Amino acid sequence: MTTATALPVTGVRAHARITAAPDGRGGTALPLRSGEGPFAVRRTRSADPSRARVTLVGAMSAPLGGDRLAIETRVRAGAALRVDGSAATLALPGRTADPAHWDVRLEVGEGGLLHWLPEPLISAYGSELRQSIRAELAPGARLVLRDEQVLGRAGEDPGRLTSRLTVRYAGRPLLDQQLDVGPGAPGWDDGAVLGGHRAVGQLLVVDPGPGGEPPQPRPLGETAAVTPLAGPGVLVTAVAQDALRLRRVLDEALTFTSW
Amino acid sequence: MRSGAATLLVLADGRFPAGGHAHSGGAEAAVKAGRIRDAASLHRFCEGRLHTAGLTAAALAAAAAAGADPLALDEAADARTPSPALRRTARRLGRQMMRAARSTWPGPDLDALAAARPKGAHQPVVLGLTARSAGLTPLDAAHAAAYENVSGPATAVVRLLGLDPFDATAVLARLAPGMEEVARRAGEAARGPVEDLPAASAPLLEITTEQHAAWPVRLFAS
Repeated sequence: MTTATALPVTGVRAHARITAAPDGRGGTALPLRSGEGPFAVRRTRSADPSRARVTLVGAMSAPLGGDRLAIETRVRAGAALRVDGSAATLALPGRTADPAHWDVRLEVGEGGLLHWLPEPLISAYGSELRQSIRAELAPGARLVLRDEQVLGRAGEDPGRLTSRLTVRYAGRPLLDQQLDVGPGAPGWDDGAVLGGHRAVGQLLVVDPGPGGEPPQPRPLGETAAVTPLAGPGVLVTAVAQDALRLRRVLDEALTFTSW
Repeated sequence: MRSGAATLLVLADGRFPAGGHAHSGGAEAAVKAGRIRDAASLHRFCEGRLHTAGLTAAALAAAAAAGADPLALDEAADARTPSPALRRTARRLGRQMMRAARSTWPGPDLDALAAARPKGAHQPVVLGLTARSAGLTPLDAAHAAAYENVSGPATAVVRLLGLDPFDATAVLARLAPGMEEVARRAGEAARGPVEDLPAASAPLLEITTEQHAAWPVRLFAS
């Protein structure tokens, strides 16, 4: 990005925005869909015609040290959007010692629906990434959110990864979870935190509707659990040896919702 | 000794009648899973716990001691505790601590929280408010929370594994610099807004607590 040697070495700054709104005919339109730098935000074919679908395309394999990447997604009242990814996001070391920042902002209006299902984040050796996911949900909004982290590529030690997931519902805190793993994070690899596992993930389902019986707390095997939150949501937390096994557990949990 | 040190010792003493001895802080499940086998693995377990659940609890306690709204802190604690079994435990311990605190250092703040949360507020919030009622500082409250966060599991492992109590205490002594660091960070965070308080989580603790809660027979309540 910088060519002249006199300029300080800085990372990439890029911002993507997606807005979904009702199209007035029972479907969802995308009045705003913009990406820059490493982002490509494509509208893709939705299995359900009443919902819009957007895919974050491959070019995202990018947060290098010093980069500041952000994506903002707004689902207006009554709209329905699914966001997924075409490939994993790979955090790599950069030319500067600064950490990379990856900020995700999600906003869902009244009666809106968002599926946020990106591919995993992989923390490569030597990288340092600070991820922040903040979701602001209006009363009656629904959300399915998956967040997966893989520590190191195959056979590789991880970098340092700090991640915070904050979800507010109707202006009140619903879920706030922070994970700090990799070299320099005290105790991350032992019995209380990851216990030697190399993949960790969460699937959050926020569904305030009357619906059926809320899921009961229960273990999913030895290394995952279904936990109903104090507010209108259910969280599945899982650790696993690798990304594949992690996805298998979280997919099982996706069957909690019929929507 | 500075003023308040003796009061802090009374509050942080394992014999303070707040019910903590019945809980292992996830150590019973970790012993069964083979993640705690000896003093070295106990040390690593406690280190992870201290810098995750311990930091979060210490920050809530420090914020309560600093005068933040206890009900907002209680809500923040709920959002930081996805496991229903852990929320139940935190509220049960909070209620027990509240009873002890209202006899020991009575005050209107404690009365108001007890009235607003008759089934118990999250224990770190009650601990912080107790510290405030006792005239202690936010940093004191953070120290007490950080210490009990690891002293509980260490003591439990003496019973669970038959670990030599000298070895368990040596583990705690080696964790002292970590406790200082966690208390310092918690005290600093307590000066900011409630929503920015640390939310450090420990996935295995959350997962295994739910499993432990379903065991038909167990030595510790959590």
